[in-house]
Amino acid sequence: MAHAHAHTVKRYKGLMDWLTTVDHKKIGILYLIAGGLFFLVGGLEAIMIRIQLWKPLNNFVSADTFNELITMHGTTMIFLAAMPMLFALMNAVIPLQIGARDVAFPFLNALGFWTFFFGGVLLNVSWFTGGAPDAGWTSYVPLAGSTYSSEYGVDYYVIGLQIAGIGTLIGGINFLVTIINMRAPGMTFMRMPMFTWAIFITSALILFAFPALTVGLVALMFDRLFDANFFNVANGGNAVLWEHIFWIFGHPEVYILILPAFGIISEVISTFSRKRLFGYSSMVFATVLIGFLGFMVWAHHMFTTGLGPVANALFSIATMLIAVPTGIKIFNWLFTMWGGSIKFTSANLFAVGFIPTFVMGGVTGVMLAAAPADFQYHDSYFVVAHFHYVIVGGLILGIFAGLHYWWPKMFGRMLNETLGKLTFWTFFIGFHMTFLIQHFLGLLGMPRRIYTYLDGLGFNEMNLISTIGAFLMGLGTIFFITNIIVTAVSGKKAAGDAWEDGRTLEWTIPSPAPEYNFAQTPLVRGYDAYWKEKMDGHKEMTPAEPLGSIHMPSPSILPLFMSIGLFIAGFGFMYHNYFVGGGGLALTFLCMLIRSLKDDHGFHIEPDELHDKGVKA
Amino acid sequence: MKRWNVGKRLLPLFAGMMLLLSACGRADLSTLNPQGPVAEEQFGLMKLAISIMIIVVIVVFAISLYVIVRFRRRPGDNKIPVQVEGNHKLEIIWTVIPLILLVILGVPTVNSVFGLSKDYSKDPDAIQVEVTSHQFWWEFYYPQYDIHTAQELVIPTGKKIAVTAISGDVLHSFWIPSLAGKIDTNPGTAVANGTANANKMYFEATKAGVYLGKCAELCGPSHALMDFKVKAVDEASFDRWTAAQKAPVALPSDPAIKDSLVKNCLSCHAIGDQGVLVYPSLTDIGSRLTVGGILVNTDEAKYDNEGTTYENLKRWIEDPEAVKPGTLMPKVELTEQELDGIAKYLSELKIDYEK
Repeated sequence: MAHAHAHTVKRYKGLMDWLTTVDHKKIGILYLIAGGLFFLVGGLEAIMIRIQLWKPLNNFVSADTFNELITMHGTTMIFLAAMPMLFALMNAVIPLQIGARDVAFPFLNALGFWTFFFGGVLLNVSWFTGGAPDAGWTSYVPLAGSTYSSEYGVDYYVIGLQIAGIGTLIGGINFLVTIINMRAPGMTFMRMPMFTWAIFITSALILFAFPALTVGLVALMFDRLFDANFFNVANGGNAVLWEHIFWIFGHPEVYILILPAFGIISEVISTFSRKRLFGYSSMVFATVLIGFLGFMVWAHHMFTTGLGPVANALFSIATMLIAVPTGIKIFNWLFTMWGGSIKFTSANLFAVGFIPTFVMGGVTGVMLAAAPADFQYHDSYFVVAHFHYVIVGGLILGIFAGLHYWWPKMFGRMLNETLGKLTFWTFFIGFHMTFLIQHFLGLLGMPRRIYTYLDGLGFNEMNLISTIGAFLMGLGTIFFITNIIVTAVSGKKAAGDAWEDGRTLEWTIPSPAPEYNFAQTPLVRGYDAYWKEKMDGHKEMTPAEPLGSIHMPSPSILPLFMSIGLFIAGFGFMYHNYFVGGGGLALTFLCMLIRSLKDDHGFHIEPDELHDKGVKA
Repeated sequence: MKRWNVGKRLLPLFAGMMLLLSACGRADLSTLNPQGPVAEEQFGLMKLAISIMIIVVIVVFAISLYVIVRFRRRPGDNKIPVQVEGNHKLEIIWTVIPLILLVILGVPTVNSVFGLSKDYSKDPDAIQVEVTSHQFWWEFYYPQYDIHTAQELVIPTGKKIAVTAISGDVLHSFWIPSLAGKIDTNPGTAVANGTANANKMYFEATKAGVYLGKCAELCGPSHALMDFKVKAVDEASFDRWTAAQKAPVALPSDPAIKDSLVKNCLSCHAIGDQGVLVYPSLTDIGSRLTVGGILVNTDEAKYDNEGTTYENLKRWIEDPEAVKPGTLMPKVELTEQELDGIAKYLSELKIDYEK
C-alpha cells in the first residue's frame, strides 16, 4: 500500500510550487512575505499620520483621508501584519519544535493562508475604489453604519475581515490539533518548549475569540447591505452592543498577539543565556492564566460607555489581576538571565530590549485599569502610547527577535549581525522617542484620532519629537530589509544548530529543514530535549522509529481557488451584484466538492531518497 | 541602614516627579492640573498609580541592568551555567508583592468608582444640564431654566453640575480634562419611546475661568474640531446670565438683512424666541469665545484659526465646509452685503452678564 502511490503525484516547480504548496515551512514563508508587505503598507500609513501631525493645523492630508489612514493603519497592522507574521513563525517553528513532519491539516493550512491573503487584498483594494474604511479600526456604530458611512469603505472592512478571519480561525484550529496530536514520542505537555505552549494557548484564544468577531461583522454586514437593525437605534437596535461584541473579541486578541511574543522571548533569552528557562512550570501556569483572564476583562475598553459603577469596579479589579501572571513572566525572564552567560546577538538584543519596554506598557495598562482615572486617559494619546508600547514594544520587538533567531532555520542563512544591531538600535530608540512622549500628550489633554490640533495648546514640540521618532522606526525597518537582501545574496550558510546553543528540536535538523523535517521522528527524553542530549554527551537525538518511507501530503491548487472565489463573492455582495456574488461562492463550493470527492492519499518519500535530500538541505 | 539610605535618596526623586507632573500643562486643559474636585480625585488616583508603577519600573530596570552587565558572556567563555529550574521562595515573593500593590491601588479605585458615580440629577441644589452631542457641535439644555445654548456651557462656580448626556447621531464623548474625565454620549434621543441610553456624570469648578472641552470619541471627519468651552462664573453672574438668556432680542434694523437672516438662518437656527431650534442657538453668539467651536475670537490674531468675531463669522458662513469638513451647515447663497450685514449683526449679538 505504501508504495502504491510513490511518485504518482505531480510535483511543481517555481511559482506553481508556491501557489500549490501545503508544506508548513513554505506556507510560513508565504505568511512572512505577505505579512511583511502589509507591515510596510501599515508603516507607510503610520508615517503619513505622523507627517500630518508634526505641526499644528497642518494640511498634508484632509480630514477624511486622515480617518482612512488611522482606520487602515490599525486594521492592517493588527489583522494583516502582526497576526500573519506570528503565523509565519508558528508555521516555521511549531512542527519542528514538537518533532512533527507537518501540521495536522496541511491542506487547511494553505487554505488559511490564502483566505487571509485575499481578505487583506480586498481590504486594501478600497484605496483605489473610492475610499478606504474610515470609522476607526474598532468601527463603532452608528458611525460605521450605513447612515453615517454611506460609502463603500466600511463594507470593505466587514467583508475583508470576515474572509481574513476565516484564515485565522482555520489556522488556530490547525495548530491546536497539531500540538495536541502530533508531538514526538516522549514530549509530554510539560516538556513542550515555551513557544509551543504560548502558541497552544494562543490557538485556543483564537478558537474562542474570532467567532465573536465574525458574529459582529456578519451583523454589521447585514445592517449595511440588507438594512437589518442589529445596531440601528431608531429601529430598536443597540449601538453599545457592537462595542461589547467587538471587545469580547478585541481583548483576547491583545493576548493572541502578545502570548506568542512571550513564547519567542522565552526561547531566545534561554538560548542566549545558555540557561534553562527559570520557573518553567510557573511560566506555563502564568500563560494559561493570562489566556483565561483575557476573556473576562473586555469591558475595560468601555469604562466611559456608561456601564455603571458595579461593572466598572469588577472589570477594574479583573484587569489589575492580569498584572500578577505577567509579573511572574517578567521576573522569570530576568532570573533566566541571572547567573547565565548572556550573548548579545541581534535576536537577543530585541529580546532583552523587550523586557523593560513591555513592563512600561504593562504598568500603564494597570494605570488604565483604574476606572475613575481611565475617565481621563480614555481615548486620549495616553491610550495610544499604552497600546503601542504593548503591541510595538512587545509584539513587534518579539517578532523581530523571533525572525533574527529563526531566520537561519527558515532560510538556511545567518542574518548579518551588524545590520541586525543597527536595526535594533534605530528601531528601539525611534520607538521610545515616538511613543514615550505620547503619554504626556494624552495627560495634557490631546484626544486620539484627531487629524489636527490648534496652535498654542502646548502640543507642538511633543508631536514634532514623536514624528521624528516615527521616521527613525522607518529607518530601522529599512535596515532590516537591507539585511534580508544582503543575507539572501551573500549571507553565511547556517549550520543545523545555527546558534550552537540550541536547546529545542528544531536545531537538531539541517537548516533549512528538509521537506519531511525529521528523517526519523526523535525520542524526547526531557524538557529542552536537544540540550539534554548534548549535556549527556550525545551529538544527536535518539530516533524513535527505524528509517522508513515517509508519507507526504500532495500539493493542491484548490485552496487558492477557494479563496479567490470568496474574494469575488465579497465584491459581488458589496456592490449588490448577486450574479457575481453567487458566481464567487459557486467557485468556492465547487473547489470544496472536488476536494471532498477526489481521493488523494498523498505520496511517499523512500529511505534511499531521504539521505540525499537531507545532505543537500 | 544602607537600604534606608537608598530610600532617602529616592524620596526627593519621587517628590520632584510629582512636582513636575502637577506643574504640567495648561490649567484649562491638562488632566495634571485639576481645577475641580472631580478632576482632583481622578488626579489623586493617577498619582497613586504612577507612584506604584514607577517603583515597579525601577525594580525591573535595576535588575535588568545588573543582569545585562554582570552576566554578559566574555570572549572565550565556554562554561555551561548552572541550569536552575526555579526557586519557590522567589516565585512566591514576586506573586505576593504585586498582589499587595494591587490591593493598595484597587481599594481606592473601587472607592472612587462608586464615589464619582453619585447621581446628582435629582438634587435641587445642583445645576442640571442635558448635553446632546451632534456632528460636530454640542447642545446644552438647562431644564431648571428652560435655556438652550450651544458650544459654551456657562456654569456657576462651587456648584455641582449634573450632566445627563446623549447623542443626536453617532457616538461622541464629553470631556473637560481640567474639570472631569469623560463620559460617552450614546445615541437614542427618543426618551419617549424608551430607547434613550443617557449617561450621567457630575463635576464642579472651584475657580471662575474658561475650561477647554473636547470630543473624545471618533465621530467623523471633524472629530478633531469638535471643541467646546466651559465658562465658570460666580453665582451672581450666572443668575444675570440666565435672566439675559430670556430677554427679547431685536432682529437687524436693515429690512434687507433682516429678511435674509429670517429666510436663510432662522430656518434652522434660533435667536431668542424666534426661529427654529434644530441647530445651534445663536442668541449669544457674539459673546462666545469661538465660532463653530474652532475659530477663536480675538482682536490679536496670532494663529491661522484666529480672528475677530466678525471675521470668523464671515469666514464660517462663507464656506462652512472649508472650516469644518463634514459639517451639516450648508453654504448659503448670499450677496456680499447680506454676508457682511449678517456677520456684523451676529457679532454684535452679545449678552452682558459678567460684572
